[in-house]
Amino acid sequence: MMAAASRSRRRRMKWVSTLFAAACLASALVCVLMLVVLVWNVVSTGASWLNWSFLTSFPSRNPQQAGILSALAGSLWLIVLTAVVALPVGVGAAVYLEEYARPSRWRSFIQTNIANLAGVPSIVYGILGLGLFVEAMEMGASVLAGALTLSLVVLPVVILTTQEALRAVPGSIRHASYALGATRLQTISRQVLPAALPGIMTGVILALSRAIGEAAPLVAVGAVAYGPFLPAGLNDQFSALPIQIFNWSARPQAEFHQLAAAAILVLLVVLTCMNAVAVFVRYRFGCHSRW
Amino acid sequence: MSLASTQFELPALPLAEPRVRRRTFEKATHAILFCCALLSVLTTVSIVAILAVEASRFFQEVSIVEFLTGTRWAPLFKPQHFGILPLVCGTLLVVGGSAVIAIPLGMGTAIFLSEYAPTWLRDTIKPVLEILAGIPSVVYGFFAIVFVSPWVQWLFPSAGVFNAASACIVVGIMVLPMIVSLSDDVLRAVPRSLREGAFALGATKFDVTVGVVVPAALSGIMASFLLAISRAIGETMAVTLAAGATPNLTLNPLTSVQTMTAYIVSISQGDTPVGSPEYLALFAVGLALFVATLLMNLLAQWILARSREVYE
Repeated sequence: MMAAASRSRRRRMKWVSTLFAAACLASALVCVLMLVVLVWNVVSTGASWLNWSFLTSFPSRNPQQAGILSALAGSLWLIVLTAVVALPVGVGAAVYLEEYARPSRWRSFIQTNIANLAGVPSIVYGILGLGLFVEAMEMGASVLAGALTLSLVVLPVVILTTQEALRAVPGSIRHASYALGATRLQTISRQVLPAALPGIMTGVILALSRAIGEAAPLVAVGAVAYGPFLPAGLNDQFSALPIQIFNWSARPQAEFHQLAAAAILVLLVVLTCMNAVAVFVRYRFGCHSRW
Repeated sequence: MSLASTQFELPALPLAEPRVRRRTFEKATHAILFCCALLSVLTTVSIVAILAVEASRFFQEVSIVEFLTGTRWAPLFKPQHFGILPLVCGTLLVVGGSAVIAIPLGMGTAIFLSEYAPTWLRDTIKPVLEILAGIPSVVYGFFAIVFVSPWVQWLFPSAGVFNAASACIVVGIMVLPMIVSLSDDVLRAVPRSLREGAFALGATKFDVTVGVVVPAALSGIMASFLLAISRAIGETMAVTLAAGATPNLTLNPLTSVQTMTAYIVSISQGDTPVGSPEYLALFAVGLALFVATLLMNLLAQWILARSREVYE
């Protein structure tokens, strides 16, 4: 009697266990399925619109003639300027925190601050850019204001990944360098930074690929979605790829949705290339320095 | 004696100068690097300062009580109404809905990855999640309009083109990778001895996972939920595209709602005169957004820091 009850209980437990495993597997498969559906949806909607004239035309009210030239140019300006601003500052801050600052209340304060900045929504950075760069510094809705705002968005990511790369360089390398009479600056610039370079590069590329897809801060700063012009200088108005996608997606007509899908394809190709470079750097240059 | 000292000093002179120069160079670099780190603090200070200053200008025109307790948000109509509750309600609806989707799916996936999956499957699913995490928010917005919303309308014919449900679904997908990667990390950090102890007592795989591993990792899992919720609160482009721009004090997911972030976008896009109440409201809403996400993040960091101490 008792044996039978315990056997049926054991069978039930086995069932529950199997069902649970199946549910977990199913949810993992749903994740994969979502990516497949998303990519398939974009490709099937936009692939037929993707051609050379789409890349080299200005946006237009007529979907047949519309293209993403100004958006591409704007994104290129933004990404180069963002890299120029965020890279030195981010790496500098990381070097300070890892190599110069001693563990103190001040250092942990900066560290907590950076962790919190990484969690601030990008639209809040957009409001900061609007209030600080566009209004207070009177830059207007310019490429420079947009790029500075994006730099602030990606700065925490650059700092955190660079710190991680610097931390991975073993202390023995620094000690050996000091033992040979090198100064701190020489140790950092000739030993630590070159050793950490693959990690830093990977982090920077990933941060920039985040910047290239970011639309919310640019909307707040005042990027324009159409206008047949290319930015010629730092003070010019600008468009950007995600802004163009946003504008086309928000329209009711199906043709503009197809244009948006084609622009998304371009954006995804750019992002894939950047990520491929990051992976390449990580494997090609990361392998031979095995401590 | 004097000869010896001159012999000693002569070569020392040319050596001393570069050493001094090098030391000032070292000091200058130290100062520059310090300024780089200081910039991050200045960023926080300027965010708080700009939001607080402009929001205080807003509160000179609109009482803070009306802002926090008013049930109508109509900044573009005369007379203007600035009650933030409809925007908060819209944000909560999207956050709640996305949590309902992302938390079970994320937990299931994380448990599968850490407890069940063979290495090859793990190595396939992890990159998929990284790709999902890297897709820009505006692409999810497009996906919501073109794919999710028609399906929602097909299932529930009363739903509009812009509805909160499709926003919930895409935001749920967006925050999923965050929950999975963090939860997977904390689940894997649970010591093997705990699992083996439970198996030795005759527990099934289900008992071990649900009764031992998940409770042991619970604080980290909670932190991942908080971070995901914080991300969902600040999510902008996907929500603006999917949920529309109608401030609605409703919890019905089939209607269009406006979130706090969507209001900021809609004001930024229009030709709102600088300094007008509806323009200044943007900073007040931004302040609310900043405070909400900051609290979530601080709480999550606190929980994570506490749970880390237990294991190490």
